[in-house]
Amino acid sequence: MSKLEHNMSLTGEAPAKLSTTQKLASGIGLLGLFILVLALANVNFPNKTLFLSLSLGLIAMGTVIFANDLYLGKHEGIKNDGVWFKSLTGRGFWAWILGITLTLFYIVLYWYPQYLGLNADGANTGIVSLFDPLSHLISGNPASQWFVYGTLYTLAILIFGYKFILKYRNNRYEIIRTFSVMFFQLGFAFLIPEILIRLNQPYYNPANIWPLNYDLFTDYKINEFLSAGNIGVIMLAFGLISIFVITPILTYKYGKRWYCSWVCGCGGLAETAGDPYRHLSNKSQYAWKIERWVIHSVLVFVTVMTIAVLYSFLGDSANDFWLTKDLFLWGTAGFLTLLFAVIMIFKRKELAKDAKYGAIGYLVIILTIIGINYLSGNGNIFFFAGYQLREWYGFLIGAVFSGVIGVGFYPIFGSRVWCRYGCPMAAVLGMQQRLFSKFRITTNGGQCISCGNCSTYCEMGIDVRAYAQRGENIVRSSCVGCGICSAVCPRGVLKLENDNLGGRINSEEVLLGNDVDLMDLVNQKSK
Amino acid sequence: MEHITIIGNGIAGITCARHIRKNSDAKITVISAESEYFFSRTALMYVYMGHMKWNHLKPYEDWFWEKNRIKLKKAWVDKIDFKEKTLHFSSEETMDYDKLVLATGSVYNKFGWEGQDLKGVQGLVSKQDLELLEENTQNCKRAVIIGGGLIGVELAEMLKTRNIDVTFLIREEAFWHNMLPLQDAKMISEHIKSHGVDLRHETELDKIIGDENRRVKSVITNSGEKIECQLVGLCTGVRPNIDFLKNSELETDKGILVDEFLQTNIEDVYAIGDCAQLKQPPAHRRPIEAVWYAGRMMGETLAQTLTGNAMKYKPGNWFNSAKFFDIEYQTYGQVSAKPGENEMHFHWQHQDNSKAITIAFEPNSNKFLGINTLGIRMRHPVFDHWLNEDRKIDHVLANLKQANFDPEFYTHYEKEIFKSFKENLQKF
Repeated sequence: MSKLEHNMSLTGEAPAKLSTTQKLASGIGLLGLFILVLALANVNFPNKTLFLSLSLGLIAMGTVIFANDLYLGKHEGIKNDGVWFKSLTGRGFWAWILGITLTLFYIVLYWYPQYLGLNADGANTGIVSLFDPLSHLISGNPASQWFVYGTLYTLAILIFGYKFILKYRNNRYEIIRTFSVMFFQLGFAFLIPEILIRLNQPYYNPANIWPLNYDLFTDYKINEFLSAGNIGVIMLAFGLISIFVITPILTYKYGKRWYCSWVCGCGGLAETAGDPYRHLSNKSQYAWKIERWVIHSVLVFVTVMTIAVLYSFLGDSANDFWLTKDLFLWGTAGFLTLLFAVIMIFKRKELAKDAKYGAIGYLVIILTIIGINYLSGNGNIFFFAGYQLREWYGFLIGAVFSGVIGVGFYPIFGSRVWCRYGCPMAAVLGMQQRLFSKFRITTNGGQCISCGNCSTYCEMGIDVRAYAQRGENIVRSSCVGCGICSAVCPRGVLKLENDNLGGRINSEEVLLGNDVDLMDLVNQKSK
Repeated sequence: MEHITIIGNGIAGITCARHIRKNSDAKITVISAESEYFFSRTALMYVYMGHMKWNHLKPYEDWFWEKNRIKLKKAWVDKIDFKEKTLHFSSEETMDYDKLVLATGSVYNKFGWEGQDLKGVQGLVSKQDLELLEENTQNCKRAVIIGGGLIGVELAEMLKTRNIDVTFLIREEAFWHNMLPLQDAKMISEHIKSHGVDLRHETELDKIIGDENRRVKSVITNSGEKIECQLVGLCTGVRPNIDFLKNSELETDKGILVDEFLQTNIEDVYAIGDCAQLKQPPAHRRPIEAVWYAGRMMGETLAQTLTGNAMKYKPGNWFNSAKFFDIEYQTYGQVSAKPGENEMHFHWQHQDNSKAITIAFEPNSNKFLGINTLGIRMRHPVFDHWLNEDRKIDHVLANLKQANFDPEFYTHYEKEIFKSFKENLQKF
């Protein structure tokens, strides 16, 4: 296949080639990055405010100039020319360099923040100290490695969001959605928590919902909320309402996209900075199988961890607080069993065999473990102390999976690895989207030509074409509703919609164009 | 066990094989010399443009065929012995069949131009054509495309992504005017030009000139103009790929002649897809329809017949779609390029010339006949219903919003379209 897949034109230029302006813009952006590298190498800049502004400004300017040159002055429309030819987006040399660099950055960030200049006692040095002025301005405190990360993360979503908007400026759904993720990142994820700190309130991002925010219901966080008085209680209550009330309602009405591709910060980064890598996701059925097992296992893990942490946090006596260890435990067991029963009773037919086995298996295991530990009276509920489970979860899932693998491997495995295989919030929303939601991607009669653009550019690795070419609607738990399949379709076959529940899942072949008798017959046989 | 052999692994042959498997345990063999696995021919352009890799063109993963017991054989059929029911391959091998399905597709037209066999002169239909195009566009600065159809405009788009200058010669006064009404055709012509294509209307190819290495160096148009180029794209339509069947007892005309059951004049031999020519096509349909959808529907229909449920090929309302650079095109029902007495057109075009619709109707009864839409997506099921219910144009225009299939938050133009129709009513 090498003949087909390598651009061999020598004077007919490759679409991958950068223009002079784009090279210049890359230079400007890299100069900005270079200031950060110097800071990392402990160059102590005299005027930190100036150099930080210069650095972030140059990065932003480089990206904006690059994007303008790439997209403005060209027709509105799909801009995927040469995506697979470019080294950076076609898993070439530069993709690996970028992947390795990002991975190293995450490793240092999580486990060796001292190399970034974070000093436990005494003033910051290195790159962290470069961000001190900005941190002082917003929260009134010196910067931490997380502030550095948060700033760069937000900057990435804003500048690559701008690029994304130019790229898809023919598509209002994409424009509005991208403004939304930019807004939630800048306001909710970055500014609000920092400002709360300035006001001596708990660090809290209302858009970061449990179980994605796995720390929300841990002992230290609850203590922090409770000691903050009314506002803390409101935060805690909003956290509970978010997952148990708001999430189900919005997901019922709009599908999980309201969160995953409109609000969430992880999704926000994937949709903006990660957009050039969306086509790298694995579309095989095998990958889909792995995805279902891994993501639901993470959900079980986070649930178990949270139950264990809360169990050890709560007291024995109802006199101290109405919610006791026992009440909480049996309440949770009851809730999970009820949820399980509702799904099995009403939606049994819509579940695949492995989903049923998995659900039953996990429920039995959890209840058995609770039973054994409860009866043994060892004070733990899952063999290990709650804090220990939390530590493991934080290391394995919070750091390694969502950070190092999730973002570090963008240029190799695509932009939504974490969202697809790991995020427990996506698992909760996905279950609901599959079983109780009005959202679907409608297939337009018989117009599909099986070209494969939809599947190729699905960042979640859904083989969209497999459904579209049979005239079937796409109702998949992993779909984040980014809308790109519909955008890249050359024949107007796909549309994201919220509509009636009736006929949402049509596993019949409804390819129009054929005589009606034939369609009846084909459908009868497939029943 | 009955052995059903299908020659050709395109959409017609493969759809037929899949549906046979759904209803029967017959032994199925699909033969192709072009590619090992089924791929989407309509997407060849995206590989050249770097949107997709070859693997993305395969609608089914490679394990699918074994799992469904569909045997794939990569071989070239030289000759068919219809009496003995035996295929003779170029490798001297043979294969016996019980039932034979011919789904050999199309090849591109060559009309006997001088120089049409020079190096650098080619069409774009097969995987091999795409590989050849990669070779032929090395060191290519200018290409001339002959013929204003769907493949021509796709080839122009492909070459532009490699920064190759394109001169596009078309016979009609506007792009694809043999299929599109003039106003639609003109809008697309303008769009093609706006992409930097040197589009020449009412210009035809006279001859192709080669250099001493028998490689193309220029073309001469019918007005005598000489255009230097390193590639000539022959895109003046396709014809059934049946040369290897000529001089056999199989009845052929332009294509393989078939009855309404898609059967040829020889028992147990059928033909579907681009290579088939219907002896009695249904009203408003052509005897040969070289489009993806017709191939698929013929495959589905024939699979029923072959599995014991004889069924006539009765395609429903005509529909089709395409994309011209950035403008998507959909059509439902009948919209003639040059309407006669009994067909009238209502045309609306957006001021930015990126969207338009043309609705055809019967002037006396106001019956809705069909619609072309450019830059606006429409729902296939809705138009299919309206066509089946013989709706009037008033109903269609009043309910146009129901048929809109554009992504969420897109600007709607139904009101503007309706207003424009009311204002122009006296003209009709």
